[in-house]
Amino acid sequence: MTEERLTTGCLSKKTKYILSAASIIAVLVLVWVLEQNIPPTSQWSMLFTVIKKGAIYSLVVVSMNLLNGFTGLFSLGQAGFMLIGAYAYAIFAIPVEAKESVYQYYEPLIGFSVPEILSNAMGGAGTFGGTMGEYLGVIILMIFAGLITAGIAFLIGLPVLRLKSDYLAIASLGFAEIIRTIFQWDGLGAVTNGSNLLRKFPTFSSSLFPLIVSGLCIAFIVMLINSSYGRAFKAIRDDEIAAEAMGVNLFKHKQLSFVISSFFTGIGGAMLAMFQATVNATPFTSNMTYELLLIVVIGGIGSVTGSVLGSFLFIACSEWWLRFLDEGKFLGMEADFMRPGFRKVVFALIIICIVLFYSKGIMGTREFSWDGLISFFRKLPSRLLNFFKRLPGRIVNFFKGLPGRISGKVKKLSRNTKNSKNNHTKNTDNVKEAR
Amino acid sequence: MLSIRGLHVFYGGIHALRGIELDVPDGQIISLIGANGAGKSTTLKSIMGLVPKTEGTIEWNDNDITSVHTKEVVKQGIVLCPEGRRVFPDLTVEENLRIGAYLRNDKEGIQKDKEWVYELFPRMKEREWQLAGTLSGGEQQMLAVGRALMSKPKLLMLDEPSLGLAPLVIKDIFSIIKEIKEAGVNVLLIEQNAKAALEISDYAYVMETGTITMSGEGRELLNDERVKKAYLGE
Repeated sequence: MTEERLTTGCLSKKTKYILSAASIIAVLVLVWVLEQNIPPTSQWSMLFTVIKKGAIYSLVVVSMNLLNGFTGLFSLGQAGFMLIGAYAYAIFAIPVEAKESVYQYYEPLIGFSVPEILSNAMGGAGTFGGTMGEYLGVIILMIFAGLITAGIAFLIGLPVLRLKSDYLAIASLGFAEIIRTIFQWDGLGAVTNGSNLLRKFPTFSSSLFPLIVSGLCIAFIVMLINSSYGRAFKAIRDDEIAAEAMGVNLFKHKQLSFVISSFFTGIGGAMLAMFQATVNATPFTSNMTYELLLIVVIGGIGSVTGSVLGSFLFIACSEWWLRFLDEGKFLGMEADFMRPGFRKVVFALIIICIVLFYSKGIMGTREFSWDGLISFFRKLPSRLLNFFKRLPGRIVNFFKGLPGRISGKVKKLSRNTKNSKNNHTKNTDNVKEAR
Repeated sequence: MLSIRGLHVFYGGIHALRGIELDVPDGQIISLIGANGAGKSTTLKSIMGLVPKTEGTIEWNDNDITSVHTKEVVKQGIVLCPEGRRVFPDLTVEENLRIGAYLRNDKEGIQKDKEWVYELFPRMKEREWQLAGTLSGGEQQMLAVGRALMSKPKLLMLDEPSLGLAPLVIKDIFSIIKEIKEAGVNVLLIEQNAKAALEISDYAYVMETGTITMSGEGRELLNDERVKKAYLGE
């Protein structure tokens, strides 16, 4: 049975590794080449926005899927954790000179900038060593942002993870809102700049940066899911009591999943700060969490590749592909209904269709595999052929059956109305008798 | 050897176990029979540390395990195969077995035990890569027993292994329970199907509303008039 299964996959393990490595390198090179050749004024430059934001969202959505899809914890605190990551990065990255202009109303408490310190230590601004130092500082800060987020998640997890399902969702949502309010609080203005923007911190310009960072983080999460810890997570999701009877420590594993998920969400938040170039607590509301949850569901709860695919599709639709709907023109003519906001209506319709026809998301619980891809394309012609072969028959059947169905409906309807009339008279009789 | 002395368990205000005394000596199948709600499952759960105990002691090979965490209980070689099978439906058969060996680190030993389980249940070997949720009821029960065996238990506790299964499948499962005992694992068996349980057990206890009302050798109880009347329907 096992051997049979192995031979049905037509590729050896080695070929698969080579294919994966080759395609990753190909994508990175392609993005790099495109970046060199597409000017920022071109409408195609939207592609890079999609790649950047899509990569960041992929990381956050995959880490949310680790919680919701693989450990079965319905947590809605993601936006709050992203916020912590974003602020933790921004606060320690703003150069000393810029602090005064950023913190207009407060005396900044953090009087140093990590990338700047490292840059100066390794040769000063402008030199090669200085640039490397700045990069190093940014990466250290991102990990720091992840750690801070994970630490706060650990504390929040202590009470919250004792709750189950809906209660866990409500409690985590509440904590996320509390975090947002605290970051906007005037009293912490010296650190967080109150409800004002944080800006002027180092950012990235190339799409390769978020792609590579997210790729590495997601690779780590995939490795975790395939380890014995991952199996324990899935066991908890499937049946808590049975998992506990097997000796899996429920609370410890839930906490572990929660903290690791938050760590990567924090890194995602830091990257989002870099992508936007400014940070403000206002957009990190529960709406953002719902957006992430939506992507998890669209991609497939319990599928990493589904989450990545879902993120890029979602961002591409909301940022780029549906833009034309807001431009007030339909097939070249002026159209009144295509006013700004119409995009969102169409978008909502698409999402409803996905949920109706792919109730388990695009990928379900499956993962991408080369064998799957090849067999999909192999079966595609015969499937299409079958579909078109059956199509005329189906159409004919539909129209053949139509009169019968209509008359059936009519009969049923008239019977129902009769019945209800009868019931009605009976009821009135009863009422009369009762009187 | 497991021995329970004067064990009391409360669920809220309900007095579920009222001071039970029970022994599982080495190399035997002990069964616990009784009606619904007699406290059989609660007994097993309290041994595993899944429910809080108010009074009494549980000793395992002269170690007190009364208030030890479930994880430690499993480490010491006691495992529960819970009622209603409870396999992990979205994991494959093989992954289910590996979860059973979650607390073990010896790779070779795990591999060896996996082969032993496949030997006991050849059907599991055939379905190694199938999702456990797609197995039939009987197969799921076999998987649940196999999963419990993967933790290399010295005491295997089975909660209603015949629940909802066809008579032929029940026969299979019970003959395998005997085989497991032959391999040197003590078995504590809970059953509604009193006849089948008493036939294979060396010693048995009868439970009623939280107390043990009768005990004796399996054969002896099979012929006991009161047991016949109450549990064997004769």
